[in-house]
Amino acid sequence: MKKTYKIEVDCAACAQKMEDAAKTVAGVADASVSFMSQKMKVEFAEGADDAGVMQDVLKACKKVESDCEIFGI
Amino acid sequence: MAAQAGTIMTKKQKKTLYRILVTAVLLILWHFVPLQNPWRLFLYLIPYGIIGWDVLRKAVLGIKNGQVFDENFLMAVATVGAMVLGFFTDGEEGGYLEGVAVMLFYQIGELFQSVAVGKSRKSITDLMDIRPDYANLVGEDGETETVDPDDVEIGSLILIKPGEKIPIDGIVVSGSGSVNTVALTGESVPRSVHEGDEVISGCISENGLLKIRTTKEFGESTASKILDLVENSSLKKSRSEDFISKFARYYTPAVCFSALALAVLPPVILALSGREVSVWTWVIRALTFLVISCPCALVISIPLSFFGGIGAASSRGILVKGSNYLETLSKVRVCVFDKTGTLTEGVFAVTEVTPADGFAEGADAGTGGKSMSPETALLYYAAHAELYSTHPIAGSIREAYAQRAEAPDPSLVTDVTEISGHGVTAGVGGRNVAAGNRKLMKRLGLEVPEYDGAGTAVYLAVDGSYAGRIVISDRVKEGAAQAIRGLKAAGIRQTVMLTGDRMQAAEHVAKDLGVDSWYAELLPADKVTKVEELLTKTGDRVAFVGDGINDAPVLSRADVGIAMGGLGSDAAIEAADVVLMDDDPRKIALAMYISRKCLRIVFENIVFAIGVKFLCLILGALGIANMWVAVFADVGVMVIAVLNAIRCLKVPSGTQ
Repeated sequence: MKKTYKIEVDCAACAQKMEDAAKTVAGVADASVSFMSQKMKVEFAEGADDAGVMQDVLKACKKVESDCEIFGI
Repeated sequence: MAAQAGTIMTKKQKKTLYRILVTAVLLILWHFVPLQNPWRLFLYLIPYGIIGWDVLRKAVLGIKNGQVFDENFLMAVATVGAMVLGFFTDGEEGGYLEGVAVMLFYQIGELFQSVAVGKSRKSITDLMDIRPDYANLVGEDGETETVDPDDVEIGSLILIKPGEKIPIDGIVVSGSGSVNTVALTGESVPRSVHEGDEVISGCISENGLLKIRTTKEFGESTASKILDLVENSSLKKSRSEDFISKFARYYTPAVCFSALALAVLPPVILALSGREVSVWTWVIRALTFLVISCPCALVISIPLSFFGGIGAASSRGILVKGSNYLETLSKVRVCVFDKTGTLTEGVFAVTEVTPADGFAEGADAGTGGKSMSPETALLYYAAHAELYSTHPIAGSIREAYAQRAEAPDPSLVTDVTEISGHGVTAGVGGRNVAAGNRKLMKRLGLEVPEYDGAGTAVYLAVDGSYAGRIVISDRVKEGAAQAIRGLKAAGIRQTVMLTGDRMQAAEHVAKDLGVDSWYAELLPADKVTKVEELLTKTGDRVAFVGDGINDAPVLSRADVGIAMGGLGSDAAIEAADVVLMDDDPRKIALAMYISRKCLRIVFENIVFAIGVKFLCLILGALGIANMWVAVFADVGVMVIAVLNAIRCLKVPSGTQ
């Protein structure tokens, strides 16, 4: 299952950091962050609970980039 | 100026602007304050704190979270280093001013970048300004109500007033007018719509009140789908972007360790060899080294270039579904076309009218007194004889006559007899007309010249003698030949046409257009095989252009699948990597032009940024470049790279 979320992030390098961080979260099969369109696409692993996983993704992203925000979780 | 800044900057950006201004003013003031250490340090810590607190905070957080080497860290180490240096040398060699100034310029650069990126983001979204904000729902009592388009169910009636965007795909139930599709296709000539016509969301009604019965939900409508596609395209990253993020991952730590080595090794070596050592010189060089090394120019300008390129393409009705496809498109050397619907109209029309020798004499005897050219007269007889025929060919003949002269007049037609498998005979204006194939002519005892062209010939006899023939064929698209020439000019080595059509038909079109090679009488599966053959034989990148209706497997097999006429065709939007919103094949060359330009700019930026940085790094290590050069190498290079990237947004006017 894939879902796209609107995000807020300030710089391209920070977007890259968020992407790397999101990829390491359990339950995430793949993730891609676009600084330009301010969006994050997450592909969830089979049977993962997307809402729960996204909480972890947000936590992981906040850790590497304190200013970021993910909407619509 | 202030008012203008208000419209182009966000709150956050304005805050940064104020911080920059305050810091600059303080730096100038402090220049005239004759204070010594430690008060001098305290004085400079004020502007330093104002301008740099967020960078320092992020650097500390980064270290805490194991994300040590990033630009915040580089900036923090360099500027804190400069401040410490200032304290110990009492502002003699580098020091306070440099520390604050480097942070100041870094923030100016960041602000500039943030504004520039925000502006290009906005101009790209403006280009694709097709998102409808509301729908006028018509209730059962005939009253209209403004609602969120998301809440409109399939089969509802909605009203579109002049100047409004059509929010949801549907069919016109009453009213007529013209709709502007420029935001979708780049085509500025409005399209006229009438009762019963399908309309697509994202178009703007120019005049006339349209009442529409919706056929899709908002989320499934064309406008929503296209927006989704464009906005998500930058999530499919190109190899250049991947390269840069990998590069940054190794580059920053490498630079930090080099800087450390630069600060420690030379003094140690010099000291060991017994020479006099100035420790501060090498520390300054190491700090300069750190400032130069920031990879921001690359990290920001490359995604921006791709985003700009995709935006530029979409403003001309070319949807590229990802940065990676834009990149591949620029490398395509072989272009394979489907024939019907791609290079040809896919609609049958009269392409040739050949009156027989001797027909011109008294040709208009049966036209009720109207004088006509022999060609028009031939069409006149054919259109009237075929007046009641339901065959598509008869329809094309009637349309051709209506275009040249007028609609056929039923009162002129008598005694219509259809001869199955042959054609028709009828009285037209008092003359006996027979229209049909060669078999019909043979039946009438007439010997007619053979036709070996691409289309289907209809032969005519008037009063028992051969009058001429009309050829109906699939017309080559306007601009198709130009498209092929344009591709050649754009550096495409080989153009190939594939079709399921007959040999003869294919040969004619191929020769007309000047494609390098063509293959006819192919089944859909054969097309895949042919494309695979080309992929392995040439070793080049291969693009396939089709109409997306029955060539989805080929579209996905090619390196880049380009679908034509994506407007309203879900199949095309799904299957292809690039969707041309209108049917113009010339857009392919334009798409390639845009992709090449974009990739050239990306390449320029990579070479320029890395080149200048390495040069400055060497100069910095040798002590030739000071902190001010370093600031240029960082902020200046980034500004230039971003300005260069913004060029991707500009598209040439015209089709080529």
